Amino acid sequence: MIEIKNISKAFDGRQIVKDVSFKFEKGKTNLIIGESGCGKTTIIKLMVGLHLPDEGDIIYDGQNFPKLSVKEQQEVRKQIGMTFQGGALFDSQTLEENVMFPLDMFTNLSRHEKLDRVNFCLDRVQLTGKNKLYPAELSGGMKKRAALARAIANNPRYLFCDEPNSGLDPKTAIVIDKLIHSITEEFGMTTIIITHDMNSVIEIGENIMFVHKGQNWWTGDKTQVLNTNNKELFDFVFASEYMKNLFLAGKK
Amino acid sequence: MAFQPINSIGKYFSLMFRVFSKPEKFSVYIRQIIFEINNLGISSLPIIAIISVFMGGIITIQAAFGFDNPMVPIYAVGYTTRESVILEFSPTIVCLILAGKVGSNIASEIGTMRISEQIDALEIMGINSAGYLIFPKIAGAVFIFPFLIAISMFLGLWGGYVMGISAGACSAYEYIFGIQAFFEPWKLYYSFTKVVVFAFIITSVSAYYGYYTHGGALEVGRSSTNAVVYSSILILMFSLIITNLFFNR
Repeated sequence: MIEIKNISKAFDGRQIVKDVSFKFEKGKTNLIIGESGCGKTTIIKLMVGLHLPDEGDIIYDGQNFPKLSVKEQQEVRKQIGMTFQGGALFDSQTLEENVMFPLDMFTNLSRHEKLDRVNFCLDRVQLTGKNKLYPAELSGGMKKRAALARAIANNPRYLFCDEPNSGLDPKTAIVIDKLIHSITEEFGMTTIIITHDMNSVIEIGENIMFVHKGQNWWTGDKTQVLNTNNKELFDFVFASEYMKNLFLAGKK
Repeated sequence: MAFQPINSIGKYFSLMFRVFSKPEKFSVYIRQIIFEINNLGISSLPIIAIISVFMGGIITIQAAFGFDNPMVPIYAVGYTTRESVILEFSPTIVCLILAGKVGSNIASEIGTMRISEQIDALEIMGINSAGYLIFPKIAGAVFIFPFLIAISMFLGLWGGYVMGISAGACSAYEYIFGIQAFFEPWKLYYSFTKVVVFAFIITSVSAYYGYYTHGGALEVGRSSTNAVVYSSILILMFSLIITNLFFNR
């Protein structure tokens, strides 16, 4: 479990994240949703230590991450897997080398064992046999899945996904959502997903935080999100007038 | 604003501190160093070879043209070519060319990794990204550049030999006598000291500009340009300092 307590962050005097607290539960897909520019990515970057919070605590299973030494932080980070919006695959390496990279760095497995693990991960994200392809040869959806394979290669306890299905068609997006959900359940990870895709929210949103103007505006799950009375969340969920009218008509 | 240069120097040294901290896994670093030796060094060989042969030839012709006084022995052509190639052309001019080729390559590679979040991905995995990306480049260049410059010296002298004879500036015997005359081995030590320092400057300064790139493609281009400009300036500055140290004895 990861708990954030009263975290705040400002850049050049501009408050981006304001007093946010939330509990991300183990074995569940925890979603951070909100409009573009509301501070979602900053929250996740604060959580993984790419930025330091101005205030607040980030607690990984009892360890307060910002207060740990650099060495201790690196040990926690070895248990983190993360996928980025653009995939962040290493361009000069094949898919196999990308997925094998964390194993090369942090394990003493034999080449054969590492290859087995790589093939298992690629198989798990439905990229079987694509080992020798370079990132430039992959489609958008394949890149996202490859990034997921690399993120889970080292059996992480915590999985962070920054907009894992942005820029994908709805069908592929759902495939990736379901994949993350099943991997989370299978390995009992604490998974945190940033998204503003409502399909994802409805499909896999077990524990949701809605961020608005850098603050934790609302929390709940996928069933509650559709029946919310919170105006900002309602406007976010039903951004389209057509969908809003359809939903309100259905309620009557 | 006034503190920006001091801030940059501080950031550079703090980056170098991270670069030279203990690696996560030596075997991976060794593999990367071998890759960089090939990537930064061996791949630069063709351009160095071409430039060295031509420059050696040009120096010989210019020396022969300048020494039309009968009091100056003809073997002075070979002597001048050797001194020019060993003392300045191969260590300094070739390193300036390498600053353009290798420096821009390093800055744009690391800069692109920064803007496409590949460096963030390394950091989140718990890897010291500065050490993993920059140390193998510095180590690879510091190791391979002296060999490249030795080849450049040889080819420069050979280019001078070919041009000197074919242009009728001197005989083979005179040229070879000239390049052996009054040879002082410490001058080679001086040249290779410069090369090692320049290899460090080119790779570390270029990596610094790449590592601290922010923004998009435009900024990657800017980092690449800054890497070449500042590496070149520092090469000339350190060339002056090292020359003073060696020749003011």
